Amino acid sequence: MKPAPFDYVRPGSLEDALAALSGDPGAKVLAGGQSLVPLLSMRLAAPSRLVDINGLPGLDEVTVSPGGVRVGALARHADVLTHEEAARVQPLLRLALSHVAHATIRNRGTTVGSIVHADSAAELPMVLTLLGGSVEVVGPSGTRTIPASELYVGPLESSLAHDEIATSASFPALAPGGRVAFAEIARRHGDYALVGAAALVEGGTVKVGYVSVSDVPVVVDLSGVPVKDLGEAALARLEPAGDIHATAAYRAQLVRVLTERVVREATGDE
Amino acid sequence: MTTRLMGTGVQRVEDQRFLRGRGRYADDIAVDPATLHAAVLRSPHAHARIVDIDVADVLDVEGVHAVWTYDDLTGPMADPLPLLIPHPALTHGRTQYALAKDEVNYVGEAVAFVVAEDRYVAEDAVGRIRVTYDVLPPVVGVEAARAADRLVHEDVPGNVGARMEQSTGDVEAALAAAPRRLTLDLDVERSASMPLEGRGTVARWDPDSDRLQVWTSTQTSTGVRAVVAVKLGLDLRQVDVITPDVGGGFGVKINHPWPEELLVPLAARTLRRTVKFIEDRREHFVSSAHERGQIHHIEVGFDDEGRLLALDVRFWHDHGAYTPYGLIVPIITSTQLLGPYKPDVYRVVFESLYTNTVMVTPYRGAGRPQGCFAMERTMDAIAAELGRDRTEVRAVNFIQPDEFPFDQGLIFQDGRELEYDSGDYPALLEKIKTLVGWDDFPAFRAEMAAQGRRVGIGLACYVEGTGVGPYEGAHVHIETSGKVKVATGLTTQGQGHATVFAQLVADELGCRFDDVEVVTGDTRRMPYAVGTFASRAAVMSGSAIHLAARKTKEKVLRIAAEALEASPDDLQVVDGVVSVKGSPGAAIDLGTVAVLSNPLRYAFDEASKAATQFTVGDPGKPPVPEDEEPGLEGTDFYSPERSTFASGMHAVIVETDPLTAEITILKYAVVHDCGRLINPMIVEGQIHGGVAQGVAGALYERMVYDESGQLLNASFMDFLMPYVTEVPDGIDIDHLETPSPLNPLGIKGAGEAGVIPSAAVFASAIEDAEGLSSPGLTITAMPISPSELFHLRLAHAEETS
Amino acid sequence: MSEPLLEVQLSVNGVVHDLRVPARRLLSDALRHDLGLTGTHVGCEHGVCGACTVLADGRPVRACLMFAVSAVGLNLTTVEGLAGADGTLSNVQQAFAECHGLQCGFCTPGFLTTITAGLRDNPQPTHEQARDMIAGNLCRCTGYQNIVKAVERAAELGA
Repeated sequence: MKPAPFDYVRPGSLEDALAALSGDPGAKVLAGGQSLVPLLSMRLAAPSRLVDINGLPGLDEVTVSPGGVRVGALARHADVLTHEEAARVQPLLRLALSHVAHATIRNRGTTVGSIVHADSAAELPMVLTLLGGSVEVVGPSGTRTIPASELYVGPLESSLAHDEIATSASFPALAPGGRVAFAEIARRHGDYALVGAAALVEGGTVKVGYVSVSDVPVVVDLSGVPVKDLGEAALARLEPAGDIHATAAYRAQLVRVLTERVVREATGDE
Repeated sequence: MTTRLMGTGVQRVEDQRFLRGRGRYADDIAVDPATLHAAVLRSPHAHARIVDIDVADVLDVEGVHAVWTYDDLTGPMADPLPLLIPHPALTHGRTQYALAKDEVNYVGEAVAFVVAEDRYVAEDAVGRIRVTYDVLPPVVGVEAARAADRLVHEDVPGNVGARMEQSTGDVEAALAAAPRRLTLDLDVERSASMPLEGRGTVARWDPDSDRLQVWTSTQTSTGVRAVVAVKLGLDLRQVDVITPDVGGGFGVKINHPWPEELLVPLAARTLRRTVKFIEDRREHFVSSAHERGQIHHIEVGFDDEGRLLALDVRFWHDHGAYTPYGLIVPIITSTQLLGPYKPDVYRVVFESLYTNTVMVTPYRGAGRPQGCFAMERTMDAIAAELGRDRTEVRAVNFIQPDEFPFDQGLIFQDGRELEYDSGDYPALLEKIKTLVGWDDFPAFRAEMAAQGRRVGIGLACYVEGTGVGPYEGAHVHIETSGKVKVATGLTTQGQGHATVFAQLVADELGCRFDDVEVVTGDTRRMPYAVGTFASRAAVMSGSAIHLAARKTKEKVLRIAAEALEASPDDLQVVDGVVSVKGSPGAAIDLGTVAVLSNPLRYAFDEASKAATQFTVGDPGKPPVPEDEEPGLEGTDFYSPERSTFASGMHAVIVETDPLTAEITILKYAVVHDCGRLINPMIVEGQIHGGVAQGVAGALYERMVYDESGQLLNASFMDFLMPYVTEVPDGIDIDHLETPSPLNPLGIKGAGEAGVIPSAAVFASAIEDAEGLSSPGLTITAMPISPSELFHLRLAHAEETS
Repeated sequence: MSEPLLEVQLSVNGVVHDLRVPARRLLSDALRHDLGLTGTHVGCEHGVCGACTVLADGRPVRACLMFAVSAVGLNLTTVEGLAGADGTLSNVQQAFAECHGLQCGFCTPGFLTTITAGLRDNPQPTHEQARDMIAGNLCRCTGYQNIVKAVERAAELGA
């Protein structure tokens, strides 16, 4: 299990990074590498060039404003998880991040990297989608902002172009009086969830985002649905699939249980 | 007197190296840019004919030194690998070739072998070999093997490698006469030993002395040595096999030789370079052995007390594509299934079947977890049928303490009679009931039920044949420094042998514990040995070391008696000093005795002057007396008539979530009888590890093959080895010490006990929590996941509505 | 064609090493094979087992999920760097010896580095926190019971 050879570039500026990326159609960005390196070692991916962005200045910051939390491309999960202000402005971040793999992985893995890796079994893409956040990307033609609703286009596929680099992700603040809850069930602590769910209750709306029930991160609006009908209402919009760890029917059961659990918690109806 | 160390939880001497990162595992040997690294091309198909292998693209890869396929092998290397343990019932045994010849029979079978500058380049090269396969339909799973619509090996009818039957009487008559009868069908899925260090072999050929040195991560260095010599056409004396530190074995490293254990030495000799193969994790999943996969059909006849009148067991063992380790696993299931019980009549028939999957060889427990599952599920079913407490039904069937030695009337895995040497099962039952709080459980259940929580309790019993033969040996050598060097041939994978064997030597010889250094698994130091498996190290090597230490002490006393002008009977050895009892002034230390044991012409230092010819010796006698040898050492061997039988019982309290079907362990209790304990700390460590592997096998781990024979979960992401978060938080342990009469120390093996009853005890407890009792809706298959429990509930609800 | 080698400077256990490695050399391999620091073990090479855990600027990371070239500028600590300069075992190492927290020893270096950082951040963990501290490392031998005890013992010793 050793990676195939690749050309390695560690640019010192964003401009150089973009040039390195656009100069090779087989190039890939390396940030935390916690998802990418296993793929390389198993030779499931063999990019011709890695553009290591760990040397880029200014991308490791977590910036908190009343409007939300902006996470730089080199901020590690652990940095975001332990950020007190970030947790106050958007408490769902901490709730979800504590379920991302194990602490050691969170020390190196980046939140933005996880988001653009676009794995619907991962927590952060769902959180970004549920909160209606966005990703800022830089490419040869400048900077653009991709809303979460346009970010995920297929299994492990985002709408970033090959020659673009995600520089930050922005998570809107929780509205005053709003509440969130997160729960997931995994076979082992730290594994990808069999099913995960997060509830966002703001104003009169109740939305629930799901992990591991679809090809792309998915959010269901359950506003006004009576508690006893929550699970079925969610399932009407979802099609959980079976795999070696859980059948589709069992996943559906977990959707019922977790939907009710997170909505009750977020609405204070416990 | 010095404190006796036997029975004391002495801290491990090996830890100092490990804690500082100074362990020496296979991949730590020959860390040198000059070392070449091997990689293996493995079959991507479960069943295929090899049409063509094209290595043309590899030859010009810079850094590649060799690319071999079957056609490059000659002489004994071109023959199939050995069938290690032949058995008359294994009528159709088959083994693979070091590199596949003409066909492949499982995903992962070695097809080509590359040696290159480093592992990265070797893997690049493997990726450039082009093989044309003619893909054949595979046989996956026991049912497909039994159906025999397709064959794994064309010349093995019905896919049946072996059929074996043993019985103690006319079971059909006994069944017919029994007032009550039950039938059960039980499945256990595949798992694997899965040590954190995979396989690894390093070899170096010394052209100046015409010798081969091999380091390999094995459970048997003497076995590897013998087969390397045979396959490479070398004399045994030309081959040294050294077992470095081994990062876990659990059974998988007892099988040998793995193809790489031959190909690496061959490459080292051919290329005149040090060559290393370190198996990676993905390879370990598909090319190292699995175990456990079996299905069982049981018919049992019993009376109103639950007494076993007739037990008729048929089972089908999935041994994978080849049978290098013979029938050991199913023979153990078929015999050890009986546990502590004595049915009036027992018959067992098994078929060992070929499938296009990774081969099966023993994994910790080795067939016992399946047998225990079968027997204990049967006990639970009888208890449910009779409406009796599960412990009562077991108690009426126990072999009683006054019935030992107890002959079960069968032949065990070592070809010897299945005769239990000692034990006290009623006492164990009392201990486990107390430890887990069996009698108080109904109150706890009611209390939990009032909170809407479901809990259940389970219990399972086992007997484990340990310390199988044929023998082990030991060599004890006292240096002139007073240091005591001990060698035994079997190998170590973390059991603390360097500590427990030093305890035995210190006790018997009277030397200081700190002066003892133990070496295992090095054929240069002890070329006669069998290996580490079947919980045999303490019993076999422990006994041999005890005997060798005794022999050495006798020599110490003979020489010291002469020097001190006393009778050997009046001498004592304490803390490395021989003295005359009651006369503290007359003393001589072990180092000086060692000097005197070896009459010298030349002096090398102050100490050795004492042994030179003008200093010592009676001019009227030969310097080395008749019947003596120079040097202060002793070699001895221990070879018992038969195995010794440890026993134990586990109990668990689980909680099941009414909505998510998650299973939580609330309490885990173990009572354990491995005879006299050498080091209780280490024994408990063995139990802890066994229990964790048992939890793994019951609730988490399985090998998931698809219909085409691909292993779907060949990574630590999807093969769910437990973290700390999945094992019990605390394991309550109590010991019973029923000495074995078969060895001088009264000990029995302890290595596998923790894993044997797990599937059984969890099935019992989960079923108890769930109130699953209707026929066909009990727990009949392990492991069980929340998803599976959820579906059992659905089926149960449908059945009962 | 020969694979290009890159000049890499790695700081490990306070010592700076200059080496030339291909870009794809995993940090775990560079530590083990290029620097001879074989105490860091490789159990899975996909980041799950934790045997290769080393400290990067004091934080536990998986050496198998990093390239040596990416480790430039980090202060790395491996198991070889845990004992005192005079060879005295650290409190975490001492606690492992006292509590029989290891058997085959293969996973042990990853546990030692992880716990060393864990106790630095949280010197007095509760029992639950002690378990959580080791929740990302696999051990096949000990059933974790004595490793948890060792965490608690190391805290007692003042890790």
